[in-house]
Amino acid sequence: MSGLWRDRRAAFAVTVLALVVLAAAAAPLVSAGDPAAPRDIVATRFLAPLATDRAGVFHLLGTDRFGRDVWTRLVYGARISLGVGVLAVLLSVAIGVAVGAVAGQWGGPIRTLLLGLTDFALALPRVVLLLLLAALWRPSTALVIVVLGLTGWMSIARLVQGEVRALAARPFVEGARALGVSRRRLLWRHVLPNALTPVIVAAALGVGNAIMLEGGLSFLGLGVQPPTPSWGTMIASGRDTLVNAPWVAAAPGLALVLVVVACTLLGDALGDALEPTTPARGPGAAPG
Amino acid sequence: MLARVGQRAAAGAAVVAGVVTLTFFLLHLAPGDPAARLLGPAASETQLAVQRHALGLDRPLGLQYLAWLGGFARGDWGRSIATGRPVAELLRDAIPATVELVGLSLLLSYGLGLVVGALQAAAGARVDTLLSVATVTLFALPGYWLGLMLVMALTYGARWLPAFGAAGLDVESLTGWARLGDALRHLALPLATLTLIGVGGTARFVRGAMLDARRQPFVRTAEAKGLSAWQVTRHHVARHAVVPVVTLLGLSLPTLFSGAVFVEAVFAWPGMGRRLVEAVQARDYPVVMAATAVSALLVVVGNLVADATLSWIDPRLRRGLRVS
Repeated sequence: MSGLWRDRRAAFAVTVLALVVLAAAAAPLVSAGDPAAPRDIVATRFLAPLATDRAGVFHLLGTDRFGRDVWTRLVYGARISLGVGVLAVLLSVAIGVAVGAVAGQWGGPIRTLLLGLTDFALALPRVVLLLLLAALWRPSTALVIVVLGLTGWMSIARLVQGEVRALAARPFVEGARALGVSRRRLLWRHVLPNALTPVIVAAALGVGNAIMLEGGLSFLGLGVQPPTPSWGTMIASGRDTLVNAPWVAAAPGLALVLVVVACTLLGDALGDALEPTTPARGPGAAPG
Repeated sequence: MLARVGQRAAAGAAVVAGVVTLTFFLLHLAPGDPAARLLGPAASETQLAVQRHALGLDRPLGLQYLAWLGGFARGDWGRSIATGRPVAELLRDAIPATVELVGLSLLLSYGLGLVVGALQAAAGARVDTLLSVATVTLFALPGYWLGLMLVMALTYGARWLPAFGAAGLDVESLTGWARLGDALRHLALPLATLTLIGVGGTARFVRGAMLDARRQPFVRTAEAKGLSAWQVTRHHVARHAVVPVVTLLGLSLPTLFSGAVFVEAVFAWPGMGRRLVEAVQARDYPVVMAATAVSALLVVVGNLVADATLSWIDPRLRRGLRVS
């Protein structure tokens, strides 16, 4: 674990994520205030980055078609995008750990059923499922979190299931069982804490993915609803002004890529640090 | 080997059946009435009832489900509620467009990704780091944003390539090479978007698989008996690494298909993804049902192909041995 802080990937990722979280948390302090408030539209629309408007307000990343400051919307949008990503992954982790732990610990028909369900959900194109769920109810931020959480738990369930089964054969688990520890206590106190290592890696990668998908749903109008700024709604709103104001779509996209890169690198570095002998792997190993 | 493929085919059929069932009940249990959507807010209660009856929505859910299943199996996928056109006709045009886009992008991103990943595993630390930065960045690009940026640079900026649709307005008047050229120019940007992202993912995975193979004891043996670095890579590392790489082929299909949904939306590509988005927004039940079923079917078929390939290239699977 100590090697993690000497890993340049981890250092970069932690720095980027810390800065973004800090900017999002301190949004009112580092920006011009209300992200939704249009000013004098005619005078302040489509100002280029680094421009100062007539009222003397400086616009680091320019303004959009309503004269709204893009930097302000970016830092407020970070709250929504990061919040949705993290909460969705927490939901995925909760479901994945529950399914994986039960399937790994209990076995028999319960395991067959749960693993079948997991494989089934894994075989679906995630976005098709996302679209379906997102379109059935009225689009909202909460719905995006639930929908992303409900479609992202499968790989975590598989990982946890594998770990739990591998741990069951370890001497300390056998010892605890021989001492008469109940199944539930065995799972909570001895197995699960040791099975969570790969979950941390998967969660780091999952946050990046969830942020990207939130952007996609919002881009299609099925996610976070305007005027609430999320990076996806900002990209969508910049779509019509690519010619005369390209920065409106470019800025939130760059922010999104930076955060997703940071999440991926953090996941890679954590994977290497926690399991030094095996390289970080892609989605799932070979079926056996 | 045949038994294995047969077993997988049965599992695939179960997945498709599961998807169809899930979609059907989700759609019908969710709020929102297609009859009301069709007739608008001014419709009276009687008109709504007549419309619901015409659409078969007043029958018990179980009966609707069975009727839909029977129709689907016979190739009768119903009519689009929004446009009145037969669903099969709507999708018949869309399926080849998506298969073309996803298939070509899969080939390209695999070819390029293999080269880049293998290069990274073989190259020195500096080249590896440089390429790693590039592939991580490509992998992190959202398709809907990369697509817009390419449109900005190559359509509005350089004025090289068209950004929307699969064919120009004058396509009917073109023949032969001119028509093919028009099709290729329209394909260029959506294909480039999907491929760039795919290369990042594939290269990352290939690099991992190659490095993993390099750590195996048999590689040390091969080196110890004096084989050249090229021979070790060619005969021992690459052959070992090909198994997870082919497995990824099947696993990456759902992801690629998902990516195509956004890319089709950005470029107005007339494929399944765009049809699905439109149908979902209009709550067009028959189209959503069929599009979801066909998407699942495409993914399952892709997985079966990857699995059959795997059985063919891996002698352990061919002889029915378990691979740990």
